[in-house]
Amino acid sequence: MASTKSNKVSAKPNLKAISNSNPEPTLDEMMKLYEEMLLIRRFEEKAGQLYGMGLIGGFCHLYIGQEAVVTGIQSVQEEGDTVVTTYRDHGHMLAQGMDPKGVMAELTGREGGYSRGKGGSMHMFSQEKGFFGGHGIVGAATAIGTGLGFAHKYRNDGGVAVAYMGDGSANQGQVAECYNMAALWQLPILYVIENNEYGMGTSAARHAAGQLYARGQGYGIPGEQVDGMNVFAVQAAARQALDYIRTGNGPYILEVMTYRFRGHSMSDPANYRTKEELEGKKAQDPIIQIKSMMMDIHGTKEEDLKKIDKKIKARIKDAAEFAESSPELAPEELWTDVLIEVE
Amino acid sequence: MTIQVLMPALSPTMTEGNLAKWIKKEGDSVESGDVIAEIETDKATMEVEAVDDGIIGKILVEEGTQNVSVNSPIAVLLEDGESADSIVIPSGAEESSQITDIQDSSTAVADAPSTQNDIVSQPAGAHVKNRDVLYAQGVVIEPPVFDEAPFMAATETMTVRVALKNAMSEEMREDDDIYMMGEEIAEYNGAYKVTEGMLDEFGARRVIDTPITEHGFAGLAVGSAMNGLKPIVEFMTFNFAMQAIDHIINSAAKTLYMAGGQLGCPIVFRGPNGSASRVGAQHSQCYASWYAHVPGLKVVSPWSAADAKGLMKAAIRDPNPIIFLENELMYGQSFEVPTDPDYVIPIGRAKIEREGSDVTIVAFSIMVGRALEAAEKLAEQGIEAEVINLRTIRPLDRFTILESVKKTNRIVSCEEGFPFAGIGAEIAALIGEHAFDYLDAPLKRVTAADVPLPYAAGLEKLALPQTEQIIHAAKEVCYAD
Repeated sequence: MASTKSNKVSAKPNLKAISNSNPEPTLDEMMKLYEEMLLIRRFEEKAGQLYGMGLIGGFCHLYIGQEAVVTGIQSVQEEGDTVVTTYRDHGHMLAQGMDPKGVMAELTGREGGYSRGKGGSMHMFSQEKGFFGGHGIVGAATAIGTGLGFAHKYRNDGGVAVAYMGDGSANQGQVAECYNMAALWQLPILYVIENNEYGMGTSAARHAAGQLYARGQGYGIPGEQVDGMNVFAVQAAARQALDYIRTGNGPYILEVMTYRFRGHSMSDPANYRTKEELEGKKAQDPIIQIKSMMMDIHGTKEEDLKKIDKKIKARIKDAAEFAESSPELAPEELWTDVLIEVE
Repeated sequence: MTIQVLMPALSPTMTEGNLAKWIKKEGDSVESGDVIAEIETDKATMEVEAVDDGIIGKILVEEGTQNVSVNSPIAVLLEDGESADSIVIPSGAEESSQITDIQDSSTAVADAPSTQNDIVSQPAGAHVKNRDVLYAQGVVIEPPVFDEAPFMAATETMTVRVALKNAMSEEMREDDDIYMMGEEIAEYNGAYKVTEGMLDEFGARRVIDTPITEHGFAGLAVGSAMNGLKPIVEFMTFNFAMQAIDHIINSAAKTLYMAGGQLGCPIVFRGPNGSASRVGAQHSQCYASWYAHVPGLKVVSPWSAADAKGLMKAAIRDPNPIIFLENELMYGQSFEVPTDPDYVIPIGRAKIEREGSDVTIVAFSIMVGRALEAAEKLAEQGIEAEVINLRTIRPLDRFTILESVKKTNRIVSCEEGFPFAGIGAEIAALIGEHAFDYLDAPLKRVTAADVPLPYAAGLEKLALPQTEQIIHAAKEVCYAD
């Protein structure tokens, strides 16, 4: 599979200024990434359980298998950067530092949720944490993200927008429109294509011509394909891309090759792929990979890692309890939040 | 036979222009296709080409003449063998050549709206808490408090186009977070010249030309609004906003609710709406009822220049997504506009343009002018019509409509949109639900014909609602026919 760093288009041939030095991660750094990925994994597993119990309704798109993508990128973002993504958004919110309690309570549709139960799995926001949704229309988040980047540039606040999309979204017309404007106006935006190989049930081979990372080439946007099952590969590529963007070069595209271990949503049996394919991908599980690295390089003990897992599980249990016990909004709240009151 | 050279129209809606320069002079011979003169409008400068061969016998309109009506003779062309002596000055030609300073040349437009702003009694309005909640629940609420009369004490005459520009410029001077984006708004000075001069004043950072990609730039603008800016997005016409409607509705209108009130989207989507003049079906649709259907949006549609000024300022200051539906045929019309920079018309409040006791005529945008014209003609026949200019489509000022119907017991609604599920249908429902017992006759709707707008001049006129139809409908509900 195309999971090497050799796939890269640089629209700007003189792009040498970017630091290529990716220092060996320390144990602390590894541990932090491990914990963050594990938090997302355990959160999503719990969400799946609650969905099965009927506590979460509607659509619920789990991020299991893709944790290294958002974790690697978030680890090199700066304070003040903004993030927007599609409907597979739980991991992005946790990575941005949003409280698992508030996210889980939104999944159960309760008052304690980030949108007080009015948004649901696909629609949560936190201005405080720089997270702007959570969007249910494929491709829409890319345009909104381009606007986040526009505002950073307009205010000259040094921030970069990170706009995530899937391989399915990458085909949307508005994505091409936004590449054009972002390049034209040199907007500080990182486009991240999370290529999990399927746009719902249609494989990338059947829905996307050419290479997604190269689709910015005609606009002069450099692009790169990255192994999304390896958090350090993602981190290194994101660091370089964000440096490039932050120094005023305009947008950058990262196509991160990943895989979801679950179906498209909870209701998808994923019959379009084979068991062998899934098992092959699970062997590259990003969490198992980082665990092995810590044990091999730093001699971390299994029992220490288990302690961390236990701690995270306890945190998720708290979040689930909060999400189950938080009340639904009062009926009169049906009518609020349609408009901001002016008078 | 001498040939008259007529003042050409540069666009479907042009009614007059300036004769900037004569390239040929009297006595010059010209061939078909030769450039003989330059004319200009507020939108563009164009060259006038000869359509026939001959000699310029007489120039009827001197260069530098302003406001020359379209189709008035500007020169006479002599064919072979003719002498200048054979020239008969067409009646009216001298007159039109002398027009220099008349602002309102609306004669070529279907209606000639009154430019007077007679002060008629308005509902006082009320301060209502949780107005938006009550509106969502379908409660009939008194409109917001607004006393317009004091503002009308000091006014100046200006076109709708200039009123819009002034409103936007005044607000932009006060708040750096406001910026404008759209096709041809900056260097071209606006396809309809609404944004003329704004690039010069505010610079390319704040007045931004976009590629012709409505879907993308509407979404971009929404994202920038979420991230703290206050965009004004111009659609060259609202027909093109169809490409962007997903972002207008799914990304702008629904976000506040989906975010539980945490994140809003302060944005104005503006541009001409409805039909212009013979631009065909794809360029000629009224979208009022489309956007009015959607909770989370406010929909505003000015008629006069004063409306345009006061409503645009309100729209920009409003923290919610606003659809601002202008009308291309109104841009060049002049009205009295208050000079007070605090003239801000509350969104959600209609205006009684003319008081009457016999029948209520509800209209918005260009139809207000036709409604007023109809009211004048009805008055000649002894029927006093009350004309309500809605100004805001959503939230609809149901109070003012209902109070009027309770007085007149008869109502006609007018709109340029299609009849099915249109604004008139909504008003019919309102009357049915809240004023059924007050009616002395069934409501009548005056709308566009339920067909895509035809290009052919005769068919187009048949398809669009005219003053005569309003008069007819009003007489029908008064059983006066």
